[in-house]
Amino acid sequence: MAKVLMKGNEAIALAAIKGGVDAFYGYPITPQNEVPEYLSKHLKANGKVFLQAESEVSAINMVYGAAGAGKRVMTSSSSPGIALKQEGISYIAAAELPCVIVSVMRGGPGLGGIQPSQADYYQATRGGGNGDYQLIVYAPESIQETIDIMKESFDIADYYRNPVMVLVDGLIGQMMESVDFDKPVKERFLPEKDWATNGTKNHPGKINVANSLHIDPNNLEKHNIHLQEKYNTIRKNEVRYELVNFDNPDFVIVAYGTMARICRSSIELLEKEGISVGMIRPISLFPYPKEAFTKIPNKVKGLLTCELSHGQMLDDVLIANNGKHKVGFFGRSGGMVPDPEEIVEAIKNFDERVVN
Amino acid sequence: MTVKYEKTKGLTDKPLTYCPGCTHGIVHKLIGESLVELDILDKAIGIASVGCSVFSYQFFNCDGQQAPHGRACAEATGVKRVLPDNIVFTYQGDGDLASIGIAETIHAANRGENITVIFLNNAIYGMTGGQMAPTSLIGQKTTTSQDGRNQADHGNPIKISEMFSTIEGVAYLERVSVHNPKNVIKAKKAIKKAFQYQKENRGFTMIEVLSSCPVNWGMKPVDALKWVESDMIPVYPLGVFKDKGVNDEKN
Ligand SMILES: Cc1ncc(C[n+]2csc(CCOP(=O)(O)OP(=O)(O)O)c2C)c(N)n1
Ligand code: SF4
Ligand SMILES: [Mg+2]
Repeated sequence: MAKVLMKGNEAIALAAIKGGVDAFYGYPITPQNEVPEYLSKHLKANGKVFLQAESEVSAINMVYGAAGAGKRVMTSSSSPGIALKQEGISYIAAAELPCVIVSVMRGGPGLGGIQPSQADYYQATRGGGNGDYQLIVYAPESIQETIDIMKESFDIADYYRNPVMVLVDGLIGQMMESVDFDKPVKERFLPEKDWATNGTKNHPGKINVANSLHIDPNNLEKHNIHLQEKYNTIRKNEVRYELVNFDNPDFVIVAYGTMARICRSSIELLEKEGISVGMIRPISLFPYPKEAFTKIPNKVKGLLTCELSHGQMLDDVLIANNGKHKVGFFGRSGGMVPDPEEIVEAIKNFDERVVN
Repeated sequence: MTVKYEKTKGLTDKPLTYCPGCTHGIVHKLIGESLVELDILDKAIGIASVGCSVFSYQFFNCDGQQAPHGRACAEATGVKRVLPDNIVFTYQGDGDLASIGIAETIHAANRGENITVIFLNNAIYGMTGGQMAPTSLIGQKTTTSQDGRNQADHGNPIKISEMFSTIEGVAYLERVSVHNPKNVIKAKKAIKKAFQYQKENRGFTMIEVLSSCPVNWGMKPVDALKWVESDMIPVYPLGVFKDKGVNDEKN
């Protein structure tokens, strides 16, 4: 397939089909509606399952059911809808079921607004569900990168038996780009899903159960330790980030997704003024690319964290920085998207923005 | 020596976790027997809910999933849509189905999901220690309605079978009881018929089973069974509320 011009949300949907999705369950919410709309037409046509649920609560539990049955399954939603899914997400992570959750962030809190935002970083990486669990979270900055990650995310979810969240914002969902769907995906050895609850006729002599209940505290702690070991493996193997303009920077910006895109323009503008600014662009938010921070030259005057929120990834930056450099913060919220010039100003007035 | 009676192969050997005199166990047996008699045990996936039956995935001798409180019908939908040739059933209490999970249940019914719901109505939240359920009777004393449930504060007992009988997607719906042998036999017939309908892809089937909770009703097991007959059945009359199969044959 040659390059095609496509809207972000539709590209997410087509990439899911390319990634082998068997079933989609979701509930309408702006700004991600083109994902279910596209899938409602194209999944059915290919003999796969599309179902509009009665709520996000139901949708995520349908995902639990189908994932437990051994199928490749996804849901998609936006901020208040992802909030409702948290119960199910915790159960899915606990039961170690693979699935893909697309989160197209909009402004919050509450009903908030429908314009692009990154105020659900905590929701994605800290979770609103109960217990010690982690999602694998990717935050692409372009439609192309979103497609590549979407396609691979089903393999990653299956490989680790863990939910993967693809975290974008309304801007990526709504904009159009020329994209390629045929980039090869990294090969992973994926074992048979011999744990699937698909009837004992498929695995005679063995009963399969999808479950998150461990009433004996000894067993529950063992299960939690097992999960932590898995998360540590993920921390070791699945970190993704990009270093931009890292040759000899005076400052380093830390930004992901749409904000990173804007910062690229800011970096160019600053370069023209003789200020060299590098960027750490986390692509995986869990696992967070802490190691990228070890590559920051000692002479750097400070790190500016830029987000479409009032500072959520900032926590991870402060942890990764571990007191070494001054850390400043720049953020807009509620659907307000800054011009590159605002970040230029923030770098120039860095000292006013220091938070540590 | 001939075997006159043996434990159904539809249940595992795991000891049940129910209190002495509780009728949850009888209902389990009827489900297990039905799955074996219809030869669908190896295709079955049972969805356990949250309530005293939370461990039911350990008792049914088939694959299973354990659902969050109230979400069993959503989970069952998720499974059935990707495995339409399997048999999928939920086992839910009245708190689980009629309170926190009412939306999931109504919409599964309305879509005519080809699943079977075994709805165990014991008019109380058993597992959490006897709090009021939406199904508790007027005047019934529970730990959260200590002077008895009253209509002004709590509304009336919710009649699930009556409500669901208005839903187009429901293929078969019957309310039964297991308080004496005659009714146990009827309950078995109803449960088996529901699974038979699912086998025939007829749509959503639900059996509401009136069940006793001697512990949280504060009664001896025998008195609890009597209370089902004397107090519950007048509010929750037994019978078939919907049978599309029969209607289809008539038309
Ligand atoms: C989200 C959530 N809320 C509350 C609970 C606590 N809880 C456990 S069982 C139960 C009630 C179960 O009652 P019912 O469904 O009638 O089943 P029974 O025990 O009577 O068979 C509740 C409220 C829970 N586990 N999860
Ligand atoms: S608490 Fe009630 S419903 Fe639960 S097992 Fe005991 S008797 Fe049965
Ligand atoms: Mg109950």
